[in-house]
Amino acid sequence: MIFAKELGDTLRGALGDDERVVLLGEDIADPYGGAFKVTRGLSTAFPQRVRTTPISEGAIAGISAGLALAGYRPIAEVMFGDFLTLMFDQVVNHIAKYQKMYAEQATCPVIIRAATGGHRGYGPTHSQSLEKHFLGVPHLRVVAASLYHDPREVFADFLRRDEPVLYVEHKLLYPQHLTPPVGGRVGDLIATSDNSPGMLPTIRLSAVPAEDCTISVLAYGYQAMLAAQVIERLAIEEEIFAELIVPAQIAPMDWAPVERSVSVTGRLVTIEEGADGWSWGSEAASVISRRLFGRLRQPVDVVASEPTIIPSSKPKEADVLVGSARIEAALRAAHKESR
Amino acid sequence: MSTALAPARDGTDERLTGVPGEPLAHRRYRRMRFIRRFEETLLQLFEEGALNGTTHACIGQEADAVAVTEHLADGDHIFSNHRCHGHYLAHSGDALGLMAEIMGKEAGVCRGLGGSQHICAPGFKSNGVQGGIVPNAAGIALANQLSGNDAVSVVFIGDGTLGEGVVYETLNMAALWKLPLLVVCEDNRWAQSTPIAANLAGDMASRFAAFGVPVREVDSTDVQELSEIAGAEVAAVRSGEGPRVLLIHTYRLCHHSKSDDERPEREIAERWLVEPLVVHGRRLDEADRRRIEDEVETALSEVVATARASA
Ligand SMILES: Cc1ncc(C[n+]2csc(CCOP(=O)(O)OP(=O)(O)O)c2C)c(N)n1
Repeated sequence: MIFAKELGDTLRGALGDDERVVLLGEDIADPYGGAFKVTRGLSTAFPQRVRTTPISEGAIAGISAGLALAGYRPIAEVMFGDFLTLMFDQVVNHIAKYQKMYAEQATCPVIIRAATGGHRGYGPTHSQSLEKHFLGVPHLRVVAASLYHDPREVFADFLRRDEPVLYVEHKLLYPQHLTPPVGGRVGDLIATSDNSPGMLPTIRLSAVPAEDCTISVLAYGYQAMLAAQVIERLAIEEEIFAELIVPAQIAPMDWAPVERSVSVTGRLVTIEEGADGWSWGSEAASVISRRLFGRLRQPVDVVASEPTIIPSSKPKEADVLVGSARIEAALRAAHKESR
Repeated sequence: MSTALAPARDGTDERLTGVPGEPLAHRRYRRMRFIRRFEETLLQLFEEGALNGTTHACIGQEADAVAVTEHLADGDHIFSNHRCHGHYLAHSGDALGLMAEIMGKEAGVCRGLGGSQHICAPGFKSNGVQGGIVPNAAGIALANQLSGNDAVSVVFIGDGTLGEGVVYETLNMAALWKLPLLVVCEDNRWAQSTPIAANLAGDMASRFAAFGVPVREVDSTDVQELSEIAGAEVAAVRSGEGPRVLLIHTYRLCHHSKSDDERPEREIAERWLVEPLVVHGRRLDEADRRRIEDEVETALSEVVATARASA
């Protein structure tokens, strides 16, 4: 079943199982059911707890915060992740702070879901992956949807815990089939799942056993899906063997699976769709360089989009955003160094 | 109706919050005097260098806190701002917890992590970001509505905060959803160093009226008058008709935070003549007033000594 539908079913299950779950967001009510249809049917089934809102991102986040402080489990939808900027104060100065500054006398477990990412020609203000600006906010978890993580498990984790979380859903994942590992495989790739305590699983994918890989690739979200296609193709066509590491939680990071992989390969390429510089990949480069300095055979390669606006024109957009071609080029370059 | 004679919370010092059986007028004076002297003591402690950071005293606005909190019951929630001591003390009577908090002690309500403007206690929260707490209070109101109880959520803001956009996003949603939210806007004429004339276009009350939110506007420092009005407003919100605004025109007699005041001296001097303790104090016998003041003084000095000695 496709991701948008599975996510919708996950939310339906959460609303059905737990009276404390409340959904807020712009245009999420039926018959429209949200810009990407994730919430279709939910306002009919749960009219009190699924509420369509005006265009008021600050208040959506702030009201969610109040609900959470009062013991509810709000899930706020951001129609386009670009407008997370309008929630930034609520996230940084309210939601993420309350539990600690109130000395654990309150919790504020708001779940914010944001549709992110480009490649659809929506242009400069409806295509961005702005999550890097939220990485490193103390006491905020940032989790990225992927095809390898069942949203039911991810949301069960969110709803079980008392921390706030930003969940980024790349728009191009919505129509894709979800493919969590089954019997140690994802399609033709070998899949392993690293479960560090208290962390969502990190999925590792490779065409050959991990010990035989020469490159580690770290990616999340839609870019992880593209990277999986590239490593499969390069393995078959060129015998370039890379291991793809796909965390669900991108901040704070569970570095253990990355360290395990890089200790074998000695090479790390990070991939993200957000703009280059001060990014997830730069943090990964810093951490892995510090922890595995002697093991690295070449500098960590950080692949990210051009730090500029995202054009609407298809060819121009493709020049700016990371896509399969950039990922493939980075892997070939890393392979060349390895010989 | 109102719980105007509700007893003080368990564990609070009756000398600060109200002695059982005493007339309501005495109790109100006692509570306002308690808040006033607490704030003056804090300012003194700052001068001594005993405190860290900053503090925003509410000297001159005690009547608002006492009047509104008189009508709140268990289950109701107050969300307050940077100038929160009066609201907190009127609500909880917890002088020691707040004093220790501002002193940065483990014994403080938030173990010294929050300090003057970030307080959490049952039924009470505050945050130092102007405006951002308004949707938070509305979220608590939504939780009450969903739970089907008749609790109300009260949020205190200042006139300067009317410049923040999220206030209007929230008013719109609160009105659409008929949330049990009471916004108490304390217009003390100044936002830090800026007079309302330089901060606010148009008319204050019309801003709320634009969302169809009823506004009750009053220019008073009289706790008795304010309490009557606040009681009616809280009751109306509790009845489920949706949000309301209580707009109180008042005055801040002290500086904004520690020692920043460029306001005309004459303007301030005039307001000392009509400040809440003077206005309400006239209703009390001289002897009663003295006795209450002495009791508050003794109780507060014990609080300060305990807070100083605590870890
Ligand atoms: C969002 C935000 N901007 C600026 C400040 C700094 N600041 C603290 S209090 C204050 C003035 C607030 O004025 P008003 O809302 O009228 O409340 P008052 O101090 O008069 O009670 C300012 C600018 C802040 N705390 N939050």
